[in-house]
Amino acid sequence: MANLYIKQDFSPNKGDRMVFTVDVRSKIDDKRAEVLREKLRKEGIPVDEVQIVDNYTIDYTEGSDDQIHPEDIETVAGFLTDPVTEESSINQSPHPDEFDYAIQIGFKPGVTDNVGHTAKEVITDYLPGDMDVYTSQTIFLSGQGLQERDAKEVGYKLANPLIQNIKVKGEEMFRIDKGMGINRPVVEIDEKPTADIVNLLEASDEELTLIGKKGLANLDGTRRGPLAMDLNYMKAVHSYFEKEGRNPTDVEVESLAQTWSEHCKHTTFANQMDDIEDGIFSRYIKGATDRIRELKGKDDFCISVFKDNSGGIEFDEDHIISHKVETHNSPSALDPFGGAITGIVGVNRDTMGFGLGAKPVINIYGFCFGNPDDERELFKGPDFTQMMLSPKRIMEGVVEGVNVGGNCSGIPTPQGFTIFDDRYRGKPLVYVGTVGLMPKESAGRLSHEKKAQPGDFVVMAGGRVGKDGVHGATFSSEPMDTGSPATAVQIGDPITQKKMSDALVKEARDLGLYNSITDNGAGGISCSVAEMAEECGGCHVQLDSVPTKYAGIKPWEIWISESQERMTLSVPPGKWAEFNDLMQRRGVEATVIGKFEDSGKCVVEYGGEKVMDVDMEFLHNGLPSEKLHTKEPQRETYEPVLDEPEDHNDTFHTMLRRPNMSSWEFISQQFDHEVQGGSVIKPLQGAGGVNGDASVTRPLLSSQKAVVLSQALNPSYSEINPYDMAAAAIDTAVRNAVAAGANPDKIAILDNFCWCSSNEPERLWQLKKAAEACYDTAVAYGTPFISGKDSMFNDFKGYDENGEPVKISVPPTLLISSMSVMDDAKKAIPLDAKYGTDLVYVIGETNDEMGGSEYFAMRGKGLGTTTPKVDTEKNMKAYKALHNAMEQDLVESAQSVHRGGLIMALAKTSMGGKLGMDLYLKNLPGNYSRDDFALYSESQGRIVVTVEEEKQEEFEKAMEGVTYGMIGEVTGDSGFTIENSQREEIIRTDTDTMLENYRATLGGF
Amino acid sequence: MGKPNVMVLTGYGINCDEESKFAFEKAGAMAKIVHVNDLIDNPDRLDNYEILFFPGGFSHGDDTGSGKALARKIDTYLDEELEGFTRRDTLTIGVCNGFQVLTHLGLLPALDGASEKQVALVHNDSARYIDRWVDLKVNNASPWLKDMGEFSAPIAHGEGKFYADPETLKKIEQEGQVALRYFDGPICDYQGFEANPNGSLHNIAGITDKTGRILGMMPHPERAIEITHLPNWTYLKSEQGRENLPEEGPGMQLFRNAVEYFE
Repeated sequence: MANLYIKQDFSPNKGDRMVFTVDVRSKIDDKRAEVLREKLRKEGIPVDEVQIVDNYTIDYTEGSDDQIHPEDIETVAGFLTDPVTEESSINQSPHPDEFDYAIQIGFKPGVTDNVGHTAKEVITDYLPGDMDVYTSQTIFLSGQGLQERDAKEVGYKLANPLIQNIKVKGEEMFRIDKGMGINRPVVEIDEKPTADIVNLLEASDEELTLIGKKGLANLDGTRRGPLAMDLNYMKAVHSYFEKEGRNPTDVEVESLAQTWSEHCKHTTFANQMDDIEDGIFSRYIKGATDRIRELKGKDDFCISVFKDNSGGIEFDEDHIISHKVETHNSPSALDPFGGAITGIVGVNRDTMGFGLGAKPVINIYGFCFGNPDDERELFKGPDFTQMMLSPKRIMEGVVEGVNVGGNCSGIPTPQGFTIFDDRYRGKPLVYVGTVGLMPKESAGRLSHEKKAQPGDFVVMAGGRVGKDGVHGATFSSEPMDTGSPATAVQIGDPITQKKMSDALVKEARDLGLYNSITDNGAGGISCSVAEMAEECGGCHVQLDSVPTKYAGIKPWEIWISESQERMTLSVPPGKWAEFNDLMQRRGVEATVIGKFEDSGKCVVEYGGEKVMDVDMEFLHNGLPSEKLHTKEPQRETYEPVLDEPEDHNDTFHTMLRRPNMSSWEFISQQFDHEVQGGSVIKPLQGAGGVNGDASVTRPLLSSQKAVVLSQALNPSYSEINPYDMAAAAIDTAVRNAVAAGANPDKIAILDNFCWCSSNEPERLWQLKKAAEACYDTAVAYGTPFISGKDSMFNDFKGYDENGEPVKISVPPTLLISSMSVMDDAKKAIPLDAKYGTDLVYVIGETNDEMGGSEYFAMRGKGLGTTTPKVDTEKNMKAYKALHNAMEQDLVESAQSVHRGGLIMALAKTSMGGKLGMDLYLKNLPGNYSRDDFALYSESQGRIVVTVEEEKQEEFEKAMEGVTYGMIGEVTGDSGFTIENSQREEIIRTDTDTMLENYRATLGGF
Repeated sequence: MGKPNVMVLTGYGINCDEESKFAFEKAGAMAKIVHVNDLIDNPDRLDNYEILFFPGGFSHGDDTGSGKALARKIDTYLDEELEGFTRRDTLTIGVCNGFQVLTHLGLLPALDGASEKQVALVHNDSARYIDRWVDLKVNNASPWLKDMGEFSAPIAHGEGKFYADPETLKKIEQEGQVALRYFDGPICDYQGFEANPNGSLHNIAGITDKTGRILGMMPHPERAIEITHLPNWTYLKSEQGRENLPEEGPGMQLFRNAVEYFE
């Protein structure tokens, strides 16, 4: 590479500010660049050569008495350069001898720059002083016929304009300008940060509505962003301050909006719905758990449910295992990488904030995306402005986000799924969950209980506060439209959090250094401190003490900011010195920001003045309840008229290539699923590496006990029958776990409702029906809900590729996650067939229940009308019998039948073992009218198992009283055949062809 | 001599410390997890240890280069003590991120007694993080790898491709410092994987210093100590019967070797 020199003064005086740049590039074959070149070519960009240069801008103010010397800068450059593979230049603009365009991508001001932070830490060890380090990347492209618009397109493919700056220069301009210019995105805020008085007392209803909808007004008349408070809420705030005889501050109004948000108070689930006075959460979800615990009596395994950041059940005599699943949908639509990484590290904090702090031991994920080949454009703004990212970009970014978040945190991520549907094109659903492990007792206390004491310090630990994430909570309670602020996007910093996590749950907790802990998620400290203050009855916070990333942040922003990697703790004054010393030694910043009190008030000060003084009672319980009404939607459904396929083979192979049936191996392999050393059943199973529905992990190294995790959802049933949709989700989550070896009597479940348009009575009716099914099915199965979360407005409002207004709502989606403790990990059952001559059984009945099936979706002639029903009594009997057979080692493999039907379950078993099967439908139990319905019906309660020939008798004895059929055998070769009940061969293929189709669709990612 | 004392380092994003400690204890050693900062405060502590373990993880998030930032810290504060430790008849190992740290510290390969960085672990050829199992062939007489012959273990890394310039590579080979190579063995055969997962030159998965007492390797032996760690354990269970299924995984021998070295 050649260099262009930039003039710099190398000998500033003490206290002077100087900026220098270090540019690092590979001096050996750079695979990153090669892979990028191939990717761009595949996408039609005519590039012949790609070269990448990493840029560091060091913005330094002399701190020591000595002057900074050029040698010092060379030493610093050395810190950033690998001498074997890289070379660097200082204050120059290195570039390839020949190139056509250069693209520079750097962060916008205030966006988390993790590499910059590490570089700063390394350099400050050597050059003490006040310093910021900013990173960017310059990508040089050359290619025959490469145009400026191609280079710009590459910029937009690689960067997200919401958080990154993209500069593109042609070669000539690059030379004239001597490079791309210095990347120095400093946050500069001119305004003096103060709290404003909001003139609420004289505000009209119109103004109140406007404030609730668009936010408080700035001096220039712009609005700060939605509070998501309707007129009722605003009136309640109005009358409270009327009684107080004063106007509120902006801190108070913003704080109330956070605490009362749908995101924090779950009003849709809490409010009266039709005649259900106590609301559907209380009646159907918590109601189910209460009932189940009562019925289980001494066998109840719940320890802490619905009252903490996660739900916890018994792991063994000495340990509790917890689980929590969250969503991060809106942020992931805007910045998929940032949204997903903050999602995963965020739910890790729900584990650290469970009881006195559990150690995160397993991550899970679930992604609902638009179809990855959908290239139709979508805009947030009118006139083709604010283009949304494509489903493919969203998928790539989300996968990368969970990859970095999970892998860097050292938490295995073995369990997950992907689902594709056009209705997730506006807003993807990004589910992330974390399982935690905690001793039952810690420092002589029950570790699932906690209570802040009056007099305890309010302590904030971990990251610092910036403007990032301001209005995050209220934002996701609002449909996404043009008012959405880009500050709602954040980027997680897993290492800052990992340091804090280790220091808290591996050290401080067991030293008894704090009384209570919770995480900072939605609403930031305004929610976490107020929530903990409920434990003791008040708090008094000094906002000036809160460490910030940069100056100029307003008090209300500090109070509600959702900057990541922060926990709030209550530390007794007598233990503060020890606590703080430990944190310092672990490289964790901890700060006293106030005191917990029993004053009954939440008081906040800034700049020597009270900026908030609100009764705890009003803050938490002052929100007016509303009565919700539901209405059954009038919809037309019909049974599609379909011919039987002429070529079943072709239909089957097409099914295997559907995105919803495809292997997502590329995700499973890039998420570390073996760290912490407890992997038992991995995400890719058998010789064929087939994605499983459940995973098994030992979270405690010294124990053979294992945790079985599974997930299930059936959004394709929702518009036909939301009750069946929810029942099937629970049945499938339970069945997936049982198939992996879980004891059906010991399964706990979690609910995550991701709904749409939850202000419409029809959507609420669907919600009510789904919740009803949750109660009925969970109680019948004895599977208590231990934790849950909802996200009620997953609607996108914008403009389509023709500029026409469009609303895209996700289908009502209920994810059920299951968790079960298995006594002996060696009893875990995988999905892959083991030997030729093993027998193939189907447990359960196959019926004509084709409504909402993947098969009907593939045929494209209509949804259908008959969704699968769940017969809980029959199914439970089968699950218990099967579990008993598994305990006796009578089962070689098991695969639950769900999306795609019987043939998909058989195919997975066969592909997993890379062993063929000869199958005949003659013995298949159930009522089905045609061959294709037999193969593709999604009837619930079914599991495909293989059994060793010699164990046939024993197995069938164990299954007595259960509906099952022996439908064939595993073969020693790779041929896969199916005969229909008339003994006509309808399928003849082989495992290699099946695997090829199974891996085809997502294999290229 | 009795049970050796093992120091397992932690801090700044190291994340395989607990399972590494567990593996050593299972092999009969006394193991302790020590935060890098606690060691910096009290470097003499190293005198009480016979084995030093640099575990895997994401020290400093791999930012500015895998292992580089942590190595910088250790080099700044613990240079002499570390040199003293490795000069004694001790054992040192770096796994994954720990291996990367050892190369930055110049402890590996330390050709011609040099202490600067001579080899690198660069981005995988796929430019993507990958978690899968590999088959390994032992290639030298390091005490860590005694009697291990061929064995399997998982890798999990984004930057694990072994790189050195041709001359350095030749010297490492000549000096017999290549400790482990990827090869097409039973796991690759079972899952249909390529032998070399990341494009490592000469299929190198691990190297030692001249004495063999310092070992760096990308695969994770501590994730291969139970039979249930193997990707094909349920297959083995079907094949051999539950009663005949061994308890241990193939990585366990490495930890036992280290303990036996001091017996």
